[in-house]
Amino acid sequence: MTTKIHDGIKVGDELPAITKPPVTRTTLALFAGASNDHNPIHIDTDFARKCGMDDVFAQGMLGMAYLGQVVTHWASQAALRSFGVRFVAITHLGDEIRCSGKVGDIFEQDGERRARLEIQAANQHGDVKLSGFAVVAVP
Amino acid sequence: MIDKKWIGEEVSNLSTDVEKGQLRFFARTVGETDPIYTDEDAARAAGYRSLPAPPTFLFSLNLAQSDPLGKYLKIGVDLARLLHGGQEFEYYKPICAGDRITLKSRVVDIVEKKGGALELLFEETTATNQHNELVGRMKQSLVIRHG
Repeated sequence: MTTKIHDGIKVGDELPAITKPPVTRTTLALFAGASNDHNPIHIDTDFARKCGMDDVFAQGMLGMAYLGQVVTHWASQAALRSFGVRFVAITHLGDEIRCSGKVGDIFEQDGERRARLEIQAANQHGDVKLSGFAVVAVP
Repeated sequence: MIDKKWIGEEVSNLSTDVEKGQLRFFARTVGETDPIYTDEDAARAAGYRSLPAPPTFLFSLNLAQSDPLGKYLKIGVDLARLLHGGQEFEYYKPICAGDRITLKSRVVDIVEKKGGALELLFEETTATNQHNELVGRMKQSLVIRHG
């Protein structure tokens, strides 16, 4: 399980961004099945309205799965040590999620060199939906 | 308000199999393009025993029970008022298709915010595999809106 990261990374380096297609009801239904999150607030409009929402909205973990790809495509999953997010705002139907990140810090921990990545997911208007970090082992 | 007696209590304990079919379904649904998540040959070439579970999949494994949200009902959370506030994972060993993972979750804290308009529920989950190795840990914070 090798890392994809090349030597010479430095603080401020940007990770290649990923943009996902607009969130649809189909996305939410499929993700409910694939992720085992069957909370009806994400898939049943009637239920969502009863909860005081205008409509169904995306599972937070859908955005987190998207965001993880920015990290694993850049560093590989084998290099991943930790990964965390805050769900800053609700992701709505039609939102086009763009995931991006940069190297925030490089440090030594548990006998290896690691980078702390600052990552976020935002919609097409630049509204931040998830904000977080990942720690990866680096050469 | 959630009874504070739940702080420190184990609220869920389950064992579940990591299945190739579900990993592929998950990868397709999130538009994964890295073949290690769908193609076993690619996974093996990358050093994995079989398809690896993606970074957030422990969360899904923890829901692999007949009544996944029942633990929240049990402690008195109204699902209609529940939002996911934050999520963290720590990774110790790869999790791959064919593994059997045991997940144990406990409530670590319950905090009132904004004069009781919001409640935060902090939960921590440990995951061990069929060899009794600790493979990961996750922390979730849930927001219950009372406003």
